[in-house]
Amino acid sequence: MFLIKCPFCGSRDETEFAYGGEAGIVRPSDPHSMSDEEWADYLFMRRNPRGILTELWCHSAGCRQWFTVRRDTVSNRIETTN
Amino acid sequence: MKRHSVFAILRNGLQKNEKWPQMWRSPDPKPAYDVVIVGAGGHGLATAYYLAKEHGARNVAVLEKGWLGGGSTGRNTEIVRSNYLWDESSRLYEKALQLWENLSQELNFNVMLSQRGVLNLAHSLQDMRDLTRRVNANWLNGIDAEILTPEQVKELVPILNISAKSRYPVLGASLQRRGGTARHDAIAWGFARAADAQGVDIIQNCEVTGIRREKGRVIGVETSRGFIKTEKLALAVAGNTSALAAMADIRLPVQSHPLQALVSEPIKPVLNCVVMSNAVHAYINQTDKGELLMGAGIDAYQGYCQRGSLPVVEHAMAAIVELFPIFSRLRMNRQWAGIVDICPDACPIIGRTPLNGLYVNCGWGTGGFKSTPGSGWVYAHTIAHDRPHPLNEPFSLERFSTGALIDEHGAAAVAH
Repeated sequence: MFLIKCPFCGSRDETEFAYGGEAGIVRPSDPHSMSDEEWADYLFMRRNPRGILTELWCHSAGCRQWFTVRRDTVSNRIETTN
Repeated sequence: MKRHSVFAILRNGLQKNEKWPQMWRSPDPKPAYDVVIVGAGGHGLATAYYLAKEHGARNVAVLEKGWLGGGSTGRNTEIVRSNYLWDESSRLYEKALQLWENLSQELNFNVMLSQRGVLNLAHSLQDMRDLTRRVNANWLNGIDAEILTPEQVKELVPILNISAKSRYPVLGASLQRRGGTARHDAIAWGFARAADAQGVDIIQNCEVTGIRREKGRVIGVETSRGFIKTEKLALAVAGNTSALAAMADIRLPVQSHPLQALVSEPIKPVLNCVVMSNAVHAYINQTDKGELLMGAGIDAYQGYCQRGSLPVVEHAMAAIVELFPIFSRLRMNRQWAGIVDICPDACPIIGRTPLNGLYVNCGWGTGGFKSTPGSGWVYAHTIAHDRPHPLNEPFSLERFSTGALIDEHGAAAVAH
């Protein structure tokens, strides 16, 4: 169990939050020109690093805002949230 | 290999058990191998064994960064079953179960397979419909399955609370009698011993640090014990597959999550089958030692932290106490997490990769243990022939671009 610092509400228990996975995955600007492989990459392929991951969280039981978190996936230490 | 038998037990007993032979060697890595398998867990060792036995490979190494069977092989809840929904997964898991049924004889090592039956509970009308559909699908695939009424469930598991007023009322259950449990360490040790006897080098404390490539082919692997030349590199590293594939610039659709389990203090026998409930994310069985072995769901967020988060355990325990009020005062002895590699369609990836000579066997998610012999069997075939066996052809990496996903989430869900 760990605390996540919501940029709007401050530190709260992890159970108040919903997880959104890897951050920075950009929706394709021209979907019609994409190959099947590019779609697969956008939809399914993920970095899944053993170390620092920038990810999305939503304070679903609080202010309901989405924000990004930099977390070490091995130790669960959270570096920054914004 | 000295065979284990009743006479060996008697003879060694008379010699004060001081003369048991070593189960496997600890060789230094050779400069080159025909096949290098990364990961000496159940899957990696099974692959090495079947490569040597079925395909005559004589120059095979298994590299392990820690100790043999020390990853998820030693951390799972030991459940074996094959009652999957879709044809592709049914065939694959049924192959595994059939191998399980003869594995102790095959390996000359007791893997303690106990076909005590696996119950999957249904708590709502929709659960019942899904369960009936899955049982029908099992029949069509020749897999044993039955539907039980709440009264029949109660007869099988008298301590289960089937009251209609319960938080999780039991409307029925499916039962696979051939399902059950097996000993998780024994499968790693048995395969290691049998593979070693076939000449496979099992090299522990040897971490892979890089994959050397040339002209789109694997030419070797960098390790903490030096460079090893090979043209066939096969990953069997479960939760760590993404990190290793990244060394070859290959992106995979798997995400690693902690999956938790815990055991109670040992008690007298009260539970003679495996009870699973997909809806409440909990499953439970009683080990031969008398401990209750319980599994929870995966943590919602990805990670490699082998502790797991407590709210997930609390949720699973609340459900188990509701289903089994008799367990409410039990104390828990240990809790741990293993890192599972979850695929978007809850099915594994077994096959070739865009890099020639590199093979992956990953994405088993929460269901890797039961598939161990089957996984090794098809993976060995894939490596030996450089093309998949019909059983694992649907489980290619390409399915994510062709769209031919095998959606087992509905049937397997968390209690996989």
